Order: sequence, then structure tokens, then C-alpha cells
Amino acid sequence: MTADIEEVWVYLAASPLTGLTLTLLAYQAGLWLYDKSNANALLNPVLIAIGMLAGFLYLTDTDYATYFEGAQFVHFLLGPATVALAVPLYRQFTLVRQSAPALVTALVVGSLTAAGSAVAIGWALGASERTLLSLAPKSATTPVAMGIAEKIGGIPSLTAVLVILTGIIGAVLGTGLLKLIRIHDHKATGFALGVASHGIATARALQVSEVAGAFSGLAMGLNALATALLVPLLHRIFF
Amino acid sequence: MELGFLTLLLVCQLAGEIIAVATGLPIPGPVIGMALLFCGLAFHGAVPDGLQATAGGLLKHLALLFVPAGVGIMAHITLLADEGWPILGALLGSTVIAIAVTAGLMQVLSRIFRRGSAE
Repeated sequence: MTADIEEVWVYLAASPLTGLTLTLLAYQAGLWLYDKSNANALLNPVLIAIGMLAGFLYLTDTDYATYFEGAQFVHFLLGPATVALAVPLYRQFTLVRQSAPALVTALVVGSLTAAGSAVAIGWALGASERTLLSLAPKSATTPVAMGIAEKIGGIPSLTAVLVILTGIIGAVLGTGLLKLIRIHDHKATGFALGVASHGIATARALQVSEVAGAFSGLAMGLNALATALLVPLLHRIFF
Repeated sequence: MELGFLTLLLVCQLAGEIIAVATGLPIPGPVIGMALLFCGLAFHGAVPDGLQATAGGLLKHLALLFVPAGVGIMAHITLLADEGWPILGALLGSTVIAIAVTAGLMQVLSRIFRRGSAE
């Protein structure tokens, strides 16, 4: 019998259906736990799903490329979903236009703070120069951040990891932190999450309200541009 | 989820990717696609019901779409290597500071500008 089970496993492990189904199951398990905990932000569904899937791949000795053959169908939808952020942005545009001067100032200061504080803390804790340069663009969305890292002499693949970790940190800690420092304005909540932690925190902002989601999506797009302009400029001044 | 509107999202993304490559702008194609769709909506003057449903369906589960890339970082976690602690400290510290500074500034400035325009 064991030979049969092994044959079934060999077949399943190679099929894209397995990676795709496991991704959906793990995420829904994460959602279920999140709901059961009365929406405790530390039990972030993305974090739980990633932990479960990574544990599963490790225990079954499956490599990431095999898993991604199935998971790519979910990953692919990130593109059209990003385009779809135009809808909440358009619906909330009256609010966006009213806050334009505040938005531009908060964008520039927030973008500089994200990059500057990461490099400063990393430097104080003894990180190497290449690591510091990989850290600088981590608040921008992945393809932009990787491009900047390459340009200023960081390690693009390390930056990709740092970008995702930054997104998860923002999504997990962001809303609790903002409540703690008494930010009640959903425009400010959304914009800060988008500037500091791009799309992953935008997903979190959309759960807060449509206003927060619209400002977060806008902030993600604007900070891609701001980081691409400001980080290479700072690099030329300081390094 | 309407097929026509899903196609519209993909057309915007494709056009965005083409613009990104052709101009060398440091903005990802999907973000340019978002700007294109926004211009289309502004020109049209309203969000069609079917687009609202399609976009809403995708955005409701936006978090799920980051899971595959997130699993990927576990495969590359060794890149953090012996600088794991400085990196983790920098990421935690800078994310918390950037969120607090951006939100605080945004809330204060919104109040100031609103007061200014009311006078």
C-alpha cells in the first residue's frame, strides 16, 4: 500500500493543482483563525498562510519552483488587482483632491523617513554597506524597489525579501500603532500604510474602509515614483 | 465578475506595461495601468456597475494575492544570513516610524489646510 501512496504523492506534488489548492486552503484557514480571534491584527491571514505553506514545503521537501507552478495563478492576479485600485480612488477622488497639499507633503516626508530611518537603524546596528543599500528602497513596491537597489549597488534579490517583510510588518502592526497614537482620520491611516508598506498594507487598509483603501492605493503608486527619485538622489549625497 | 471588465483591467495593465518599457519610467506597469483606468473613469464620469463588481471582487481578496510571493521569501530567508538582527531591527523600526510620521503629518496638515480654506 505504501508504494501506492507514494505514487499518488509523486503525481500530486508535480501537479499545479496542488500548489493552487493549498494556497487557497491556507489563506482561508488564516482568515478563519483571524475571525475566531476577533480580528487580532497579529493573526494576519497572509502571515498565517505563508507560515503554513512554508512549513508544508519544508516538511515535504518540495521546492518553491514546484509550488509556484500552481501558486502563479493567484500571483498573476496582482497585476489586474493593482489596476482595479483605480475604482476606489475614483470614487473617493473629491476627498483626494481636497487633501492634495497635505498628500504631497506627507508623501515626500514619509518616503524620506522610510528610507532614511531604515538605513540609519541598520547602520547603528552594524549592517554592511551592501545591506544598507538593499534596505533603502524597501518601502516601494517590489519591481521598483529591486530596480533602485540594482542602480545604487544593493542586492536586488535581498531587496525583494525586505520589501515583502516590510509589507507584512506594516499590515500586522500598522492599524494598532495608529490607534495607539490617536490617528482617527481614515485618509491619514490609508496614506501612511501605503507609503510605508505598499500593496500588502493596502490590502489591510481596504479592510478598514474604502476611504483608507483609496488613499493607500494612491500612496503606493506615488511612493513608487517618490522612492525612485529620492533614494538615488540621497545615495549620491551620502555615499 | 464580468468577462468584459476583467478584460478591461488586463488591457489597462498591458498598456501600462508597454508604456513602462517604452518610456523607461521607474513605475511598474500595473501602477501606470491604474492611472490609465482612473483617467478612463474620469472621462466616462461614473463607475459602471459591472466594473464595480469585478474590481470589488479582486480587491476583497487582495491580501491572498501576496501569499505566493510571501512563501518565496521563506525560500530566500538565508539571504538575511548573519545580518538578520540588524535587518529585522531596521525593518521594524523604520516601518513603525514611517507610518507614525506620515499619518501624524497627514492628519495635522489636513486640519490646517481645512481651516485655511474655511476662512
